[in-house]
Amino acid sequence: MSIHIPTSLDDAVALLHELPRVQLLAGGTDFMVEVNFNRHDVHDVVALRRVTELQQWQHDETSNTVTIGAGVPYAEMENGELARLFPALAEAARTVGSPQIRAAGTLGGNLGTCSPAGDGLPVLFALDAVVNLASHRGKRSLPIGEFMLGPKRSALAVDELVVSVSMKTTTGWQGYAKVGTRNAMVISVASASLVLDSESGTARIALGSVGPTIIRCTQAEQWLQTQYDISARKELDEAIATEFGLRVSQESRPIDDHRSTAQYRRHAVGVLAKRLLQRGCVQ
Amino acid sequence: MSETQIYSLRVNGKLRDVTDAWLGESLLYVLRERLGLPGSKGACEQGECGSCTVVMDGVAVCSCLVLAASAVGADITTIEGFTDGALTDVQQAFIDEGAVQCGFCTPGLIVAVHHLLDNTPRPSEMKIKEALSGNICRCTGYGRIFAAVTRVIEQRAQQ
Repeated sequence: MSIHIPTSLDDAVALLHELPRVQLLAGGTDFMVEVNFNRHDVHDVVALRRVTELQQWQHDETSNTVTIGAGVPYAEMENGELARLFPALAEAARTVGSPQIRAAGTLGGNLGTCSPAGDGLPVLFALDAVVNLASHRGKRSLPIGEFMLGPKRSALAVDELVVSVSMKTTTGWQGYAKVGTRNAMVISVASASLVLDSESGTARIALGSVGPTIIRCTQAEQWLQTQYDISARKELDEAIATEFGLRVSQESRPIDDHRSTAQYRRHAVGVLAKRLLQRGCVQ
Repeated sequence: MSETQIYSLRVNGKLRDVTDAWLGESLLYVLRERLGLPGSKGACEQGECGSCTVVMDGVAVCSCLVLAASAVGADITTIEGFTDGALTDVQQAFIDEGAVQCGFCTPGLIVAVHHLLDNTPRPSEMKIKEALSGNICRCTGYGRIFAAVTRVIEQRAQQ
């Protein structure tokens, strides 16, 4: 076993190439639980906390694109400029664990672990985020829907790391909602993020914890666009919100596990979708 | 850093060598078992309870979720580092308000309260609750803990 603490992206990428069984360490909030409970052999660890390129975010105003470094902690998304740009991301960040967890946990870690319960992931999918990756072979970018493949499975190669995510800012409304057994310190039982993009008149909704990975409800999105003028966002008929919730829940694919049942999750995620839509349409 | 290499951590202002340690050890374990600092408590070992809270580079984190050898270069303050022996105002307020019962969560809460009030001297009630939401206490029901925090805020405002 060895531990490496590179201070630049180039050094980190070189280590990933040189070391045979490398494990990436971001905030440690998943990794160390595995280590502490001996469920995980520790090999060569590359700790990313000192890689400065990963700790920053930029807003390119000409392309309306925000790029958030993989190592930016959730605490930085809860308030301030990032929260203003992406209110849904701020809402999701505030539901992650506790202040101690949010000070450590990162979007890069969320993507690297790729749990269907990752709180940041439905928001990234609803924002049509692009995941930027790097390895010694070069850089590539993937739409998040092609990055997330299944439960704790992603398109990340063994010698590759998540550098950042890029999203366009949107006009309109966006939000996030989550069901769990309590308010703080809880892994979601079901979650949803809704983006109502008034410029293009489109809706995007992504669900967490109700399928093998994050699910985009493209059919419900398209149906909503035929029923309701998203650009105008005038008063919403409750029947449309109810039907939207129902259609979203039909696109979920939940399972029974130790946290909840498939039946409850299917119901709850429909309620979340309806509630988000109603929130987004109340002026 | 290979399996047996010695590394040094800056804890409570002093550089401390960590020897004979497995590199997979958490900061919590190293503090308690290698460096003789048992004030930080280990309960859940998965970041849920906050008993092991320390301040690292200015932010409160769960030391059970920090790989100790990756914390080289960081500035770490444990519960022991908040006092030179006498009780801090937060500790005294916890005693005066009866905010301690079994005591297991107390060191983590004291660190979290110091961290909160050092950064936000006059927090709202919601802010206090939010700041302590990662510290689980199963004895007190939190009422007396919030009373202790309020007492410290009032005392500091009068100084």
